[in-house]
Amino acid sequence: MNDPRLLWWVDRSTGLVSLALLTVVLALGILSVGRPPRLPVWRAVVQAVHRELPLVALLLLAVHIGTAIADPHVGLALKHVVVPFTATWEPFWVGLGALAVDLVVVLVVTSLLRGRLAPQVWHAVHVLAYAVWPLAVGHALALGTDAGVGVIRWVGAVCLAVVLLALGRRLALVGSGAAPVRVR
Amino acid sequence: MSGRRLRVDWAACDGHGLCAVWAPDLLARDEWGFPVVLGGEVPPAALRQARDAVRACPALALALVPVRSREGANRTKG
Amino acid sequence: MRRLLAGLRDDGQPVRYADHLALHGPLPSPKDLLGTLAGAGLRGRGGAGFPVVRKLEVARQAGGKGPVVVNVTESEPASLKDQVLATRVPHLVLDGAQVAARAVRAREVVVATHVGSPAGPALRQALAERRDAVRVRLLEVPARYVSGEASALARAAAGGPPLPVLHDEPLAVRGPAGRPTVVLNAESVAGLALHLRHGKAWYDGVGTPDEPGTVLVTLRRSGQAPGVQEVPLGTPLAVLLPEPEGIQAALVGGWFGRWLPAGIALAAPLSHAGLRAAGGVLGAGVVMVLDQDECGLRATAEVARHLAGESAGQCGPCVNGLPALARALDDVVAGVGAPGLVDRYRGLVRGRGLCGLPDGTADLVGSALEVFAEDVEAHRRGGCLRPAGQALAVPARRAAA
Repeated sequence: MNDPRLLWWVDRSTGLVSLALLTVVLALGILSVGRPPRLPVWRAVVQAVHRELPLVALLLLAVHIGTAIADPHVGLALKHVVVPFTATWEPFWVGLGALAVDLVVVLVVTSLLRGRLAPQVWHAVHVLAYAVWPLAVGHALALGTDAGVGVIRWVGAVCLAVVLLALGRRLALVGSGAAPVRVR
Repeated sequence: MSGRRLRVDWAACDGHGLCAVWAPDLLARDEWGFPVVLGGEVPPAALRQARDAVRACPALALALVPVRSREGANRTKG
Repeated sequence: MRRLLAGLRDDGQPVRYADHLALHGPLPSPKDLLGTLAGAGLRGRGGAGFPVVRKLEVARQAGGKGPVVVNVTESEPASLKDQVLATRVPHLVLDGAQVAARAVRAREVVVATHVGSPAGPALRQALAERRDAVRVRLLEVPARYVSGEASALARAAAGGPPLPVLHDEPLAVRGPAGRPTVVLNAESVAGLALHLRHGKAWYDGVGTPDEPGTVLVTLRRSGQAPGVQEVPLGTPLAVLLPEPEGIQAALVGGWFGRWLPAGIALAAPLSHAGLRAAGGVLGAGVVMVLDQDECGLRATAEVARHLAGESAGQCGPCVNGLPALARALDDVVAGVGAPGLVDRYRGLVRGRGLCGLPDGTADLVGSALEVFAEDVEAHRRGGCLRPAGQALAVPARRAAA
């Protein structure tokens, strides 16, 4: 079980999949803004996926972090995860990941408490999601390619493309006059 | 009886229509996409639908309120 | 009968403070103000008719200390009474504001007027003549119906935009700034000042048991200058119309009232209960008289078109529904539309907005179709060339949409 190769493999794969999932979540979130001309049923599906996927992603992230901590070669402690940029190995790139995780936790918690928070507070925190994603991608590309694993680069490229497409569609909406959701 | 009804904050509502997807027995949509609340008190069997609809609204415009709370809240001129 | 309008000057100038005090005597300041006012039957004059002292009691029970907002914006468009009070007997209004403020321990009084109305400057001038215990602030809001709505004024008084806002609790319990906010019409507070000075027995000496006192009525008729008259509640409308010949119908309650055929209108007592029994509405006391040679459908269609443009733009059913309603009514007037479509849009706008605009428009149009049902037929056959007339006082600034 503590075979370092197994740990390494689980660590990388859970990290990769959670990045892919969070990319999907971000893209769906971008597509939800405003009033896209589609059936409400589609919108409901997009919304449900956007809301449920982060929990799966968080689960995978927990495994990703757990295996990294268990892996003796990484030397990661839990406090390095909670406080970004304090790790002993690759503090900067690991720190990006830690910061991203911290932000994701805040995003999920504020969204679960959405009814109880002022809408402006929820919205301001939610906008931080745009910051999370580059942090996660940077962390993945810098740390995930150390063994020449090309799939990381491929996944990174696909994720980037997905986000750019979603953003492009969103910006096109701005021009078309479909008003964004008002935050009260 | 549930003692509750659905209340729309009309200023917040943007006509996304997600509420009607989750609570088809309680809400319909008019030709402009805005919700029409069908009936008054929510039947207990439909409370689940109602809660899903409230949760789904991206504009936080839907709420379950006590049946007796002031419907005509904004009709006063003073 | 001159109570609110007692001391009105013939030269059109406002009554000065010294003369006001000489006429009415000093404003009493009893220790237990709400106790002294308890049981007063005075009802609000902004249209809803809610008992004024009850509103003050609610606010006081909720802790008070919020603002008192005096609505001098003629909540009912085409009404002139608030302007008359503000420009001719301002001190009665300002006295009443102080009474209300004391009753709820308000920290400030906000007096709201429309931009461009003479009421604002007149009240400013009057304020310079007196020193009040509770600070008075003048607030100007845009000259639109929606800005004079109670929650809109409460919001504007708290520094927000002058637009209606959702509130699940009455404003008097909790307003936009979190404090009990009492919004009262100018005529209501003026009546409060009279009631305190002269006592319940005097105040209840005229009017009806349920609705004591006098009411200011704005009367409009084509070919006549509009005027404001003061009559005891319960007075039949006929008393205000010495020339009833040629009257076809009357829109009682103004644009947010109901049409009544001439016979019923003339006999109807001017009170909330009396008009309700006659199938009408008192509202803010505006009466618009339609002559035989005018067309009620055409006049109503003009109002509906105008009101569609008055939407604050916040509520989907109103923004979309009122223009559709106005267009459907226009089609009926043009003889090419079905009343059924008008009814459908009425049903779609009623109750689906944050203020009284969609409801009032829907009810106005509904009452027009009912009272002028025969005209609908005539229009379909192309046989009505009567004009809308001026009684409904639709501003001319907007060209037909």
